[in-house]
Amino acid sequence: MLSRVAESIYWMSRYVERAENVARFVDVNLNLMLDTPTADQQWQPLVNITGDHADFAKRHGGVASSENVIQFLTFDRENPNSIISCLRAARENARSVREIISSEMWLQLNTFYLMVNSAASSGKGFESPHNFFNDVKMASHLFTGLTNATMTHGEAWHFGRLGLMLERADKTSRILDVKYFILLRSVAEVGTIYDDVQWVAVLRSASAFEMYRKRHGRISPTGIVEFLLLDAEFPRAVRYCLNSARDSLHAISGTPEGSDRKPAEKLLGQICSDLAHASVEEIVKAGLHEYLDTLQTNLNRASTGIYERFFATRVPESGRPAKEKAQ
Amino acid sequence: MNLAGYEIGKFYDEMFEDDGRPRAPVRPLVKKIESLSPGELANRQQAADRALVQAGITFNVYGESAGLEKVLPFDLVPRMVTATEWETIEKGLKQRIHALNLFIDDIYNDRRIIKDRAVPPEIITSSKGFRTQCVGLHPPRGLWCHITGTDLVRHSDGQIYVLEDNLRCPSGVSYVLENRRLMKSLFPEVFDASKIRPVSNYPIHLRDMLEYLAPDGGGTPRVVLLTPGVYNSAYFEHSFLAQQMGVELVQGSDLVVFDGFVWMRTTKGFEHVDVIYRRVDDDFLDPEAFRADSMLGVPGLMEVYKAGHVALANAPGTGVADDKVVYAYVPRIIKYYLGEDIILPNVPTYICAEADGLAYVLEHLPELVVKAANESGGYGMLIGPHATAAECAEFARRIKADPRNYIAQPTLSLSRVPTLVNGALEGRHVDLRPYILYGKDIFVLPGGLTRVALKKGSLVVNSSQGGGTKDTWVLASDVGTAEQSQTQGPMTASGGRT
Repeated sequence: MLSRVAESIYWMSRYVERAENVARFVDVNLNLMLDTPTADQQWQPLVNITGDHADFAKRHGGVASSENVIQFLTFDRENPNSIISCLRAARENARSVREIISSEMWLQLNTFYLMVNSAASSGKGFESPHNFFNDVKMASHLFTGLTNATMTHGEAWHFGRLGLMLERADKTSRILDVKYFILLRSVAEVGTIYDDVQWVAVLRSASAFEMYRKRHGRISPTGIVEFLLLDAEFPRAVRYCLNSARDSLHAISGTPEGSDRKPAEKLLGQICSDLAHASVEEIVKAGLHEYLDTLQTNLNRASTGIYERFFATRVPESGRPAKEKAQ
Repeated sequence: MNLAGYEIGKFYDEMFEDDGRPRAPVRPLVKKIESLSPGELANRQQAADRALVQAGITFNVYGESAGLEKVLPFDLVPRMVTATEWETIEKGLKQRIHALNLFIDDIYNDRRIIKDRAVPPEIITSSKGFRTQCVGLHPPRGLWCHITGTDLVRHSDGQIYVLEDNLRCPSGVSYVLENRRLMKSLFPEVFDASKIRPVSNYPIHLRDMLEYLAPDGGGTPRVVLLTPGVYNSAYFEHSFLAQQMGVELVQGSDLVVFDGFVWMRTTKGFEHVDVIYRRVDDDFLDPEAFRADSMLGVPGLMEVYKAGHVALANAPGTGVADDKVVYAYVPRIIKYYLGEDIILPNVPTYICAEADGLAYVLEHLPELVVKAANESGGYGMLIGPHATAAECAEFARRIKADPRNYIAQPTLSLSRVPTLVNGALEGRHVDLRPYILYGKDIFVLPGGLTRVALKKGSLVVNSSQGGGTKDTWVLASDVGTAEQSQTQGPMTASGGRT
C-alpha cells in the first residue's frame, strides 16, 4: 500500500487512542479528588503524564487547577495533545484515507469529532465532566470496535493496530511512572486508606481494577506494577500492547520469526523479550523510573525505525529521474 | 402538503404545465408530496441535511481559513427528465464529444480545420487553454477528453441548450451518486412508481474506461486517482471516486518518475503506475513541463506520457476547447468533422472577433449576457438587463479593446423546479450537468447534477455563489408511468410533412 496511506492510518489510530487516554487520566483524577476531601488537589501530575508540562507552564502559569488543566488537556486547540487536537488530527488523517477505511469508521470518527467540538463550544465538558469523559472513552471504543469489525485485517489494519498499541503502551507506562513517583514520595500516607484509594485510581485509569483483582487480589504497588507492565493477557498492559505491536509488524513485513530482521522489528522483538523475562522485584529494586525511561527511549527508537522503513520510501540508487536519463 | 399555492410564474417549470397541472411523468412524485403532512417534507429535508454533515460530504471553500468545510446544500425535490427528451440529450452529447475530441486532436497535430478555413487560426493560439507542450501529442487510443461534464440549460421556449463544455476534470459526479442514495432512502415508494434509471454504476464505467487507456503490457493495469490533497475543494469527490472504483488515491508526492516510468511509493517499495485519473489542473501537473512552482505535480510526468508509458485522463490541453470563443464555433466544428447538423443546440452566440457579431453586440448590450473567454464560476461577465448604463459603457470599452476575448448571448430565462424554502415550495432556477465518458465508446450517465440557484430570482447556480443541488431522475420509459402522457405522444394524427 502507499507509504503515505500507511502513515495516515498509523497516526489516525494513535491519535484516537491518545484522546481516549487523556480522557482516562482526567476522569480518574476527578474521581480521585472526590474521594480525598482533605488532600490538596493534585492536577499537576496529569500534565506531567502527557509530557507537556513546559508548554502548560508557559501558557497557564505555574499553578495547576482542575479548570485550567481540564481546559488544557481537553479543549485547548493550541495544545497538540489535547483531546480536541488529537481528534482533529485523527480526522484529518482519516479524511486523507477515506477510501481505505470503512465508511462506518469514518462516520464514527467524524461524529466523535463533532461531539467534542460541540462540547467545547457549549461548555458541557465542565458541566457534567464524568458524562463527557465517559462519552469520549466510549466513542473511542466504538471506533476501535468498528475498525476491528468492518475493516479487512490486512496490511492497512495492521498499521492501525501498530499505531494504537504503541500509543497505548506509551501511555500506560507514563501513568505508572508518574503515579509511582508521586505515591511513593508521600511516605506519610503509605498504608493509609488514601494510599489504597490512590492505587485503585491508577488501576481505574487503565480500566484495570477488576481484572487486577481477579489476578492479584490484594492491592500492592508491586502487584500493580507487575500487572500494568508485565501482564501478557491484560489488553492495556505494556507487554500485551507491545506483543500485539510486534505481531502486526511481522504481519506487515512478512518476515518470519527468527530470520534476519530490519531494525524496527529487531528492536521491538528485543523489548518484548525483555518484558517476558523481567521480574517486578528486580525492576523496582533497580528503580522503576529508570526502567520506564529506558523503555520509552526504546519505544521512540522503534517508532523512528518504523518511519524510516515504511513511510519514508526513497528512490533506489539505480533509479534516475527521467529527464537526467534522457540527456 | 398542498401545492395549490405554488406559483409557476412566467417561467418554464420542470414539474408543472403552464396551466398548473403536473407534467405526466412527475405525477407519482407530486401525489407523494401532496400526501405528506405539512412539515413532513421539511423533516425529511432535515434528515437529509444531517446525513450529509455526518457523512462528511463536504466541499472546501477557497479563500476562507484552510480546512473549512461546507455541505453543498441539497434540495430534496428532484428534477425529472422524460425518456424521450433524454434520448435527444444523449445523442446530442455523444455527437458533441465525438466532434470535440477530433477537434482537439486536429488542433494539436495537423490543423486541417484551420487549413480548410472552417475556423480562424487566431481563435486557437489565443485560447488560454491551449498548451504548446501538447503540440504533436498522440494520447493513448487517440482520446483526449475522457471525462466531460457539459452544462445544459432550458430556456423559456422549452428548448434545451448547451451552455458550456467543461472538458477539464469537471467535478460534481459524486453528488449525483450521493444525492441518489439519499433520495432512495427518503422516497423509496416514488422510485418504485416512477421507473427511474440508475446512476450507481458510474464508477464501474469510469474504471473500465480508465483501464482501456492503459499502455499495452498484459495483466490488470494499475489505475490511480491523483488529487491535489485534502484542502482541495473537491477532495471529498476524489476520495469517494477512488473508493468506489477501488483504486489508489494518490498525491503528487506519492508518485515518482524514474527509469522512464511512473511509480508510487508503497510500504513494500515502488510499484508501477499505468493510468492516472488526474484531478490536478494542467498547469500543476508537472513542474518540469508546466508551472515550475507546482508542489502538487510529478516532475518528469509529461516525458513518460509522451513516451506512451502512462495514460492521463483527461489529456493535458483539452482546455483549448473550453474557451468561450471556441464554444461559439462548435456547430461549425461538428459540421466539419462529422458532416452533421448539431443535435443539441448551442445558445445563440455572437462572436465579437467577427465584424457583424461585434456590431450587433455593441448595439444590443443591454439585452445580452457578455462573457469573457476562459472565465468560469460566474465571474467576469456582464448581465445586460441588470447592468447600469455606466457598466454597459465600461464593457463596450473592454470589448472594443480586445474583441477576441468576448462573446455575447441573449439573456436566458432558465427553467425552474419547485424547491423547499422555509417549509414551502417555491420555483428556483436550475441547470443540468450530465457526465460523459469517452473510452471504447461514449457513455452518457442517465442523470446528472441539477444545480439550483437557491437565492430567489438568482440565475447563478455555482456552489461557490449560493447554489445547491438536486437529484436528477431520468425516466426509463415514458409509457410505463402511472398515467399516459398528455403532453407528448410519439404518434400524432396529423403526421403530414410540409
